[in-house]
Amino acid sequence: MSLVQEIDYGTPASKSTQTVTLTIDGNPVTVSAGTSIMRAAMDAGIQVPKLCATDSVDAFGSCRLCLVEIAGRAGTPASCTTPVAAGMVVSTQTERLKQVRKGVMELYISDHPLDCLTCAANGDCELQDMAGAVGLRDVRYGYEGENHLKLEKDESNPYFTFDASKCIVCSRCVRACEEVQGTFALTIQGRGFDSKVSAGAFGDDFLSSECVSCGACVQACPTATLSEKSLIEIGQPEHSVVTTCAYCGVGCSFKAEMRGEELVRMVPYKEGKANHGHSCVKGRFAWGYANHKERILKPMIRESIEQPWREVSWQVAIDRVASEFKRLQGKHGRLAIGGITSSRCTNEETYLVQKLVRGGFGNNNVDTCARVCHSPTGYGLKTTFGTSAGTQDFDSVDQSDVIMVIGANPTDAHPVFASRMKKRLRAGAKLIVIDPRRTDIVRMPHIEADYHLPLRPGTNAAILNALAHTIVTEGLVDEAFVREFCDRDAFEHWASFVSEPQNSPETVGLVAGVSPAAIRGAARLYATGGNGAIYYGLGVTEHSQGTTAVMALANLAMATGNLGKRGVGVNPLRGQNNVQGACDMGSFPHELTGYRHISDDATRTMFEKLWGRPLDAEPGLRIPNMFDAAIDGTFKGLYVQGEDILQSDPNTEHVVRALAAMECVVVQDLFLNETANYAHVFLPGSTFLEKDGTFTNAERRINRVRKVMTPKNGMADWEITLAIAKAMGFEMPYSHPSEIMDEIAKLTPTFAGVSYELLDKEGSVQWPCNEKAPLGTPIMHIGGFARGKGNFMITEYVPTDERTGPRFPLLLTTGRILSQYNVGAQTRRTDNVVWHQEDVLEIHPHDAEQRGIRDGDWVKLDSRAGGTALHARITDRVAPGVVYTTFHHPDTQANVVTTEYSDWATNCPEYKVTAVQVSPSNGPSEWQKEYAEQADHSRRIATKVAAE
Amino acid sequence: MSRTVDKLVMMANQIGKFFVPQRDGDPVAAIADHLQKFWDPRMRAGIIAHLAAGGAGLDGPVREAVGRLKKPSA
Repeated sequence: MSLVQEIDYGTPASKSTQTVTLTIDGNPVTVSAGTSIMRAAMDAGIQVPKLCATDSVDAFGSCRLCLVEIAGRAGTPASCTTPVAAGMVVSTQTERLKQVRKGVMELYISDHPLDCLTCAANGDCELQDMAGAVGLRDVRYGYEGENHLKLEKDESNPYFTFDASKCIVCSRCVRACEEVQGTFALTIQGRGFDSKVSAGAFGDDFLSSECVSCGACVQACPTATLSEKSLIEIGQPEHSVVTTCAYCGVGCSFKAEMRGEELVRMVPYKEGKANHGHSCVKGRFAWGYANHKERILKPMIRESIEQPWREVSWQVAIDRVASEFKRLQGKHGRLAIGGITSSRCTNEETYLVQKLVRGGFGNNNVDTCARVCHSPTGYGLKTTFGTSAGTQDFDSVDQSDVIMVIGANPTDAHPVFASRMKKRLRAGAKLIVIDPRRTDIVRMPHIEADYHLPLRPGTNAAILNALAHTIVTEGLVDEAFVREFCDRDAFEHWASFVSEPQNSPETVGLVAGVSPAAIRGAARLYATGGNGAIYYGLGVTEHSQGTTAVMALANLAMATGNLGKRGVGVNPLRGQNNVQGACDMGSFPHELTGYRHISDDATRTMFEKLWGRPLDAEPGLRIPNMFDAAIDGTFKGLYVQGEDILQSDPNTEHVVRALAAMECVVVQDLFLNETANYAHVFLPGSTFLEKDGTFTNAERRINRVRKVMTPKNGMADWEITLAIAKAMGFEMPYSHPSEIMDEIAKLTPTFAGVSYELLDKEGSVQWPCNEKAPLGTPIMHIGGFARGKGNFMITEYVPTDERTGPRFPLLLTTGRILSQYNVGAQTRRTDNVVWHQEDVLEIHPHDAEQRGIRDGDWVKLDSRAGGTALHARITDRVAPGVVYTTFHHPDTQANVVTTEYSDWATNCPEYKVTAVQVSPSNGPSEWQKEYAEQADHSRRIATKVAAE
Repeated sequence: MSRTVDKLVMMANQIGKFFVPQRDGDPVAAIADHLQKFWDPRMRAGIIAHLAAGGAGLDGPVREAVGRLKKPSA
């Protein structure tokens, strides 16, 4: 194995379709018009020396090392900033150029520490390489003069250091922060000799600045000035493996750079089609949880949750699972047990869990955590378009003219895609944000939303109907698109419905608390502003009308012809890494892989034949239904792979009652999570670094996950499921996850062409990938919808049953933060906690003042479901009457407060609307204290090894 | 009514509120189809039993849709 080397072309690729032929060092070279001479030379295999140029940012032309000579032109122009021209004759190596370059390098080196042997970048330093390339042998200026060698190191960031003494002020980091990440946290402070890279305002260090630790600056730095602390500690990696990040639904490709089995660093992979070499703080740096001391590596069992855990062998643990599940089915019937798959696990793992449940348990009681996030997306888009997935690839945003972000906070939850979106917005695309909070994207450096509709939580459907009302009644419908591609009757019904007065902006504005003029303005902009793209998140789906709102978005896109081409579409931003994949893999209780209903005889028969088992034609229980059935006494055993339902599902006390009512709860996870407090068997899981498989991201992209180290727990997750199946009498003979994918391809028309061989060759593909689309489908519904004609649905606004009143006058909505991920099981066990040590409650100054609450005070947060306490943060990001918190910390348990109200179609919980009261408090609530005590008690592990 | 039955009634009525305003097809059939396709047999058995006991709280079209459900065998 060796390091995966990527070519740095020095400047970005030109997008021109015209070509130009020139001569470089006697070689004819043909490239796209607008390409820099530097890049054209690299295309021809000629490396022009450079320092300030790198192909992730625009050319800058400051280092003066990449000079070339051009026949017929005076001087020595910089090859990075000079575009090619037809017939141009370029020389990259002449005596004159050698002298100039050597002189430039002498100046750089005269103010650079000569500690190469002990430097972290030794062997991977562009300055060192360039000194070699120009043949630098001595420095005539000496080292005695004024220099920067004694400047202090900034070690404030937990993951990287900034050593100003090694900085050559090439501005690559500053430009990466601006152009790649779009945060503008870095700048060059001072002039001339005093110029230096500065994070934030005077007096700031990296940690206190606006830096979001995406790592783009570290990636761009040509010296050891910005270095990963892990690299400094461990040393240069000797091999690397390309794999996929296990955090959000963007699905970034990374090179896992290794020394033996030790991970040195995760470097974003330029060839990754989802991220194109960019990263965020989670994927780039927050992988330390894999080695965290709290990780459980041995299977454990116990007879009751009152007992401490006992470590046992894998065989004993697996036998316990099988014997308990068989006992429960014998006593309470076939439908008494089930399983939950996780969007954090691979496609192959989730496929196996649903296969185990359907084939091994003999029922369809399998569900996935996508139930509680994007299940309305599947239902809504399938009904309207015919496919349960988003329509575009991420690159499509580059051609958007109007971007509508609704119920999503991409800069926190999907930061790498957000950087692409921000780049397009800085280039002139218009922005509509529909969100109760003033999220960062509403106003940030060089970006300001044209419209922010700060709607009252729970009124998405009403607002979307009002947008539609404006489009229809003002004659803004794309009639040609609707005529050609949509069901005419359905359109007429819908157009008549949205035109009714109750859907006018003037009426809806009163309900939603939004200016009618803003609603009309936003609608006109979306309908007439060119390519209109919708990006949405859980602020759309996690409502009692989640599915209705997804359909309403689909209606808008169809009515305006914003489908079937680049730059447009309806794009769900999936929360976790494999939400799309978990849904694709038949994790929902009512459907098999590829979204085919379990009652469909032909589909079911195909699976029955291949699996050799009869399958139940009845739908199984969804997660919330499992809880209700457990409390009712008909559901007794549960296998949970990679999901923490106790922390992530609504109404924690209800979930506690359900788990406590079950006789055998099996948790497979990295850590003793909150659910494990009520478990009887714990099966230690493996991290994404320890397994082979695939993840499917929000753009339907199937990406390979590659094993870079041996599973520390002794078994990959897919092997654990196989062992359970075998013990249950259902053999699943696979020797590698690639064989599982082969079976998925055999059974699933949209995956028919997918294989590990294809993925290794192409890097990744987007489904549908089959005979019709052998290399996948970046854009869906070109020339017609998957279902035939686009189907407009009536989306009548129905207010949620969760109402405010005198006891609970405020509305709570929940969300995420950049540095933490989902229930925080991984990110809380990394240095990311420096940015977010606890969940806090955002409250408007007016509401805080009325209650006598000061910033930082402990406050009680109570709803009809329960109460908790946390610190208050006073901010006008939230409107009066609305409060907000995150759900990353079990100490707070935000879901103690959320209710069981759910989406009408899918039972996706209504996390985003809870009527609450906030009042001053002295500290954690009694419930929190009792919960912490129970959790500590439950996590005890007996020191004596069990006799089994 | 038990808490579980209350919840089933609420969920069924929610489904009804989506399908009743649709302007093509039979909303009652659509509600029944949704219940058949997405509710597990014990949930359907629960709502059928509730209807048999009077069906308190069920909205008109939902009541009719539940009446059309076949009794699950499991």
